Amino acid sequence: MGFFDKLKAGLKKTGQLLKTDIRDLFKSEGRLIDEQFLEEIRAILFKTDMGFEAVEKLVTEIAVKMRGRVVHLEEVVAALKVKLKELMAQPESPIEFAVSGPTIVMVCGVNGAGKTTSIAKLAHLFKSQGKKVLLGAGDTFRAAAVEQLTIWAKRIGADIITGESGSHPATVAYKAVEKALADQSDICIVDTAGRLQTQTNLMAELTKIRTSINKQIPAAPHEVLLVLDATTGQNGLSQATKFAEAAGCTGIVLAKLDGTAKGGVVVAIRQQMGIPVKYVGLGEKHEDLDVFRPDEFVDALFADVLGV
Amino acid sequence: MFESLQEGLSGALKTLRGQGKLSESNMRDGLKLVERSLLEADVSYDVVRKFMANVTQEAVGEKVLKALNPSQQVVGIVYEELVKLMGPVDHSLHLKSDGGVTVLMMCGLQGSGKTTTCGKLGRLLKSRGRAPLLVAADLQRPAAIDQLHVLGEQLSIPVYSERGETDPVKVCNSAVTQAKKLGANVVILDTAGRLHIDEELMGQLVRIEKQCQPDQVYFVVDGMTGQDAVNSAKAFNEALELDGVIMTKLDGDARGGAALSVKEITGVPIKFMGTGEHLDALEEFHPDRMAGRILGQGDILSLVERAQQEFDEDEAKRMEEQLRKGEFTFDDFKKQLRQIRRLGPLRKVMGMIPGMGALMQGLEDADPEAEMHRLEAIINSMTAAERRTPKIIDNSRRRRIAAGAGVQPNEVNELCKQFDMMAGLMTAMAGKGMGDRMKMFNEMKNAMAANPMGGFAKKKGNTGKRLSTNEKAQARKDRERMLKKLKRDRKK
Repeated sequence: MGFFDKLKAGLKKTGQLLKTDIRDLFKSEGRLIDEQFLEEIRAILFKTDMGFEAVEKLVTEIAVKMRGRVVHLEEVVAALKVKLKELMAQPESPIEFAVSGPTIVMVCGVNGAGKTTSIAKLAHLFKSQGKKVLLGAGDTFRAAAVEQLTIWAKRIGADIITGESGSHPATVAYKAVEKALADQSDICIVDTAGRLQTQTNLMAELTKIRTSINKQIPAAPHEVLLVLDATTGQNGLSQATKFAEAAGCTGIVLAKLDGTAKGGVVVAIRQQMGIPVKYVGLGEKHEDLDVFRPDEFVDALFADVLGV
Repeated sequence: MFESLQEGLSGALKTLRGQGKLSESNMRDGLKLVERSLLEADVSYDVVRKFMANVTQEAVGEKVLKALNPSQQVVGIVYEELVKLMGPVDHSLHLKSDGGVTVLMMCGLQGSGKTTTCGKLGRLLKSRGRAPLLVAADLQRPAAIDQLHVLGEQLSIPVYSERGETDPVKVCNSAVTQAKKLGANVVILDTAGRLHIDEELMGQLVRIEKQCQPDQVYFVVDGMTGQDAVNSAKAFNEALELDGVIMTKLDGDARGGAALSVKEITGVPIKFMGTGEHLDALEEFHPDRMAGRILGQGDILSLVERAQQEFDEDEAKRMEEQLRKGEFTFDDFKKQLRQIRRLGPLRKVMGMIPGMGALMQGLEDADPEAEMHRLEAIINSMTAAERRTPKIIDNSRRRRIAAGAGVQPNEVNELCKQFDMMAGLMTAMAGKGMGDRMKMFNEMKNAMAANPMGGFAKKKGNTGKRLSTNEKAQARKDRERMLKKLKRDRKK
């Protein structure tokens, strides 16, 4: 199943919602676009968690282009899609591998976003590309987090570096990089404990981990991925801002997109901060991860409305 | 938590307040801001519409427009509607008192914080003299069983698990049937996180409920959830008939708008909220306080409650005794610092004191925790004699203390000055009634508001503008004129 199909399946519920909603708005003949109509469109868009500014931008676009006209469903959807794709436009950007030596990927995020599971999925993805993968169990805080990652490592067949309990995560990160260099791994993924972006001392710890990764390979970490729960609302913006500040995020893994949440906050994040989404999580199994493609994401969002 | 919503609403209401007279049109502008603020806080769109409809109807009514202070009326209406929306609540866990076993079941999406909340609830029950049993029914996520075991160990609460078993229904069932034998009277079932659209796993939850007949089913929801909170809460409520909601991760800067929508959509009360990673960070949910907080009125009641839990009563008595004798030493000061720190992040504590929320904004750069740490370091560098009688600290001692604490000598000085003030205040407070104390507290607060940098290290700023020759001459003239006027006045 390709990305498009998976995403479509994941977004089926969304699509159904959009389908009924928008089709209700337009009877077969087409409808006059007026204030009430715009309000209804606004309601639909707000429910994607896109956020105030993005929604207003889209609604204004429709208002300017189509006010006073009698339109058909396809026209409005096409206009919405064009505008959304414009907002989300970005070069396709998977992981950038280091020219030589191991590529170090650091993963961070708030508690319960799905960091550990996403790491397992990433590891599986890289393994299936024939790469040698090493995991660094840097979550030394949460109970049994190290065990969780160890179980995943075994299932996937990746190597893992764990610290003694209570050891500093920066130490674990350092050891992981050391081992990656010694073993000539292609990719080393360093886990970190979940933290809320408002905990200043823990955010400072992230910076420290980054620095310790940096010690042995000057260009590392090559990627810093922020794992974002797709159900997150506008707080995602604050997460992106603060994590980018502390750890220098290069991309987002949008986890749990297989529910009814649309993860629309990435639109706002992209709009305001320019951080691209690199991967999407679509389930609990280790193969449920795919590269994020903005155009297909937008298409899939509206696919059912158009009956594609 | 809710701070950002609070800021937004305060801003919106300020524009309402700013205009002396309220017209229907500028009121609508203000209410638009309220609406935007709620939407940005992730309150569900439908709930916002309904809320705004209610508020607008009342706010634009003739009564408000003719009221003596219309803007206050509007604030009152917004507050009341918020309370109405989030309440009423019921904090009781409905435990059986006749020696029977009460079964609590937790459910929710992945990563909402179920397992941590189980630990927190267990701790709460234990502190209330119950014998809880945690049941590891999350067989989905790797090492979830281990996580619960570690929590159980930390709290000395027994954990029931069956490794190798793949059916959580069985695990829950045998845990409940064996609970009495294991000496427990409250069983907490920690089920695996699942998507509300996963029919198979939702069916499994229903089977657990049928088998174990839990007395209370709690839905754990992440405070950062966006519009989707409504969908998941609705689905879980339909499958299980929830008895309560526990909202987690409210210690961050999430606006927590989901609290408003979940309550409105499901009608299920929010019982508790998780406000930190530590196992004691579970608080009862109070809609009135929360609404007050949203409107910038602080949450002094929560603070008092927390302080009561945290402060060691014997220690407090001993201290009071000493203070009455007029003794207050650096050692006592240090103890107080410790107690304040135990209350939680200072920023959080300050936010709960009415009026302090705004104060904290001016302190964006200052890190209260680091400040307290610094103060403690200075005290730690003092000898016992110096702590008892700070007067003996001379230049040489000051330099030694500063070097020991890694600060500048003037910081030691500042601490001593602050200490003098505190000591005066403390000894004056001892032996006074509650009313006088509140009065003193208010005075102190006002003093602090006048000088928000108060006890914190001052940043060096510039010393002001240097006057040009012309300006100097002008200033001299002004001064002379003033003096003449004063003389004239005195003659009269």
